[in-house]
Amino acid sequence: MIVKDFKPVLFDGAYVKGGWTLENYEKKGGYQAARKVLAMPRDPATNNIPAMIEEVKKSNLRGRGGAGFPTGMKWSFVDYKSKKNRYLAVNCDESEPGTCKDRVVVTYNPHMLIEGILICMHTCGIENGYVYIRGEFCVEFQHLVNAMAEAYKAGYLGKNVFGSGHTFHVTPHRGAGAYICGEETGLLSSLEGDRGYPKVKPPFPAVEGAWRSPTVVNNVQTLSSLPGIVNMGAEAWSKIGPERNSGSMVYCVSGHVNKPGLYEMPMHVTLKELIEEVCGGISDGLKAKAIIPGGSSMPVLRVDGKGYKASNGKDLTDDYNIRMDYDTLKNANTLLGSAAVIVMHEKTCMVSALYNLVRFYHHESCGQCTPCREGSGWLEKLVGRIYRGKGKPGDLETLLSVAGQMSGTTICLLADSVAMPVGAFVTKFREEFEHYVQHGKSMIADPIKL
Amino acid sequence: MAFQFNDEMKKQFEWLKQRYPTRQAVLLPALRLVEAQQGFVDEPSMEYVARELDLAPAFVNGVFTFYSHYRRKSDGEHVVWVCHTLPCALRGACKILEAFQEHLKLGVGETSADGKFTLKKAECLGSCTTHPVAQINEDYFENLTPEKVRDIVLALKNGEKPPHLSNGPSLEGGMKHWGPLADAYPEGK
Repeated sequence: MIVKDFKPVLFDGAYVKGGWTLENYEKKGGYQAARKVLAMPRDPATNNIPAMIEEVKKSNLRGRGGAGFPTGMKWSFVDYKSKKNRYLAVNCDESEPGTCKDRVVVTYNPHMLIEGILICMHTCGIENGYVYIRGEFCVEFQHLVNAMAEAYKAGYLGKNVFGSGHTFHVTPHRGAGAYICGEETGLLSSLEGDRGYPKVKPPFPAVEGAWRSPTVVNNVQTLSSLPGIVNMGAEAWSKIGPERNSGSMVYCVSGHVNKPGLYEMPMHVTLKELIEEVCGGISDGLKAKAIIPGGSSMPVLRVDGKGYKASNGKDLTDDYNIRMDYDTLKNANTLLGSAAVIVMHEKTCMVSALYNLVRFYHHESCGQCTPCREGSGWLEKLVGRIYRGKGKPGDLETLLSVAGQMSGTTICLLADSVAMPVGAFVTKFREEFEHYVQHGKSMIADPIKL
Repeated sequence: MAFQFNDEMKKQFEWLKQRYPTRQAVLLPALRLVEAQQGFVDEPSMEYVARELDLAPAFVNGVFTFYSHYRRKSDGEHVVWVCHTLPCALRGACKILEAFQEHLKLGVGETSADGKFTLKKAECLGSCTTHPVAQINEDYFENLTPEKVRDIVLALKNGEKPPHLSNGPSLEGGMKHWGPLADAYPEGK
């Protein structure tokens, strides 16, 4: 069900050149939510605002970075008893293939992000925040610096913001090209000036994060949702979208559709509606074949549902009509992740598509853990061998076995991020892989060239 | 002469030191300032940064080599990154790469003899709904076609501003890095 009268919040004013100034944001009621929150006193014992944490819990806001973890819950896990300084790390590393929403929020609505940061920092009693922005986003970084400079000049960042008596500092931190820095502990390593090596959890960042201090790590879109929650009230906000899947989601639709783009809407929408109605259908008048619903590390969906079963043993014949929310997709053995929908039409060779993905993950493995460093290399070699027409009988079993042994054996989730697509591609499109191995070429006329 | 920061970069460097609880945390931004000043990061500049931040030069080198996006001394004036991860690949990134190879007369990973261009393959540039995408120095070029690639390369070869720039904010006056923030809030802390 597409909600027709939904008005975009995060993307309000998106794609309007020059609409990103502080003046324009304030004209639309910007910084009113932050003023309201900053007027609330902190609990002197814990230096936070328990009522605001409850409010965010009540809104059902779930982290938009990919894991979908409830934000209010995350904030409540912060070690408020620790005497150390607390930090906020904003994740704008955005490197998951298919995902490109944070870049647009930072470009067209930078002050909404800064306002969200202020709300988070005051609620959790944080003085110093860092926005980790990926190195490739040069223009976006400069743009964010300019917006923050505007906020400092206006007194919206710095000392005694809105007469609260509290200091808030935010520094943009530029990455330099490493997918792994989007993983929260890898991000913190990089923020500390080291290689972006992820760290073992627990301790979780909320207890021991940046500089071994309690640290809140939130995604850009998550924080940018906060002003809306405060303005609207958590109760009303939680009613947008299906139950437990509150608020608007930004779907990044790429691949073989007529109108690829970023679409903000409540999570009532089904995959079919998103593709056929919102994105104008599949390009070249073809049919959809495979769709990755939440960024390239999530298991692919097979549109005709053939060839595999759901966890309850039933045939899945209706993947295309699946509702695009966290819980529904989880029940279908995949995940909403970052809502990056990658669409492949019927003339796409699945072997070459998988080869592209395993090459990506092998390239981006940080090399710390053996199962990931070696495993992703083996996967690339195996899929590559099939792709070059040199596949041998038994290669598919080896592929699934290697992928199976990688999951859950490493410090971070990168190993799972490559194991999941390998498992899903090979299981759901097995006949295509078998054909490739048997005949030394794709059953599709024009495989993706790499 | 040994590398050292000029006045502008020194100002930003000192400002950044105020913003982090440790010296080491300034390393990534400091390497960006080096890049901003001389166009690339090399050993003398890394040794300078190591000295300024009380870090071992080998540690700085180890961190530097982990990241792919810093400009190396061997890079040309225009570094062309062509995205070839799945969403771009589905929309013909291969043809875009071929067009760059043809018009630049370069293979992947090569730099032209006159030092003007370097061609590299990029993993996901994070602009997946406007595929295929390439980045040249700071700028993104979206929804590329082989014809657009031809026009872009021609303009760059003639020293002109390339067409088909991404429709976002433009960098009038070039990158200022952390400068505007250091000016807006000089005390840092």
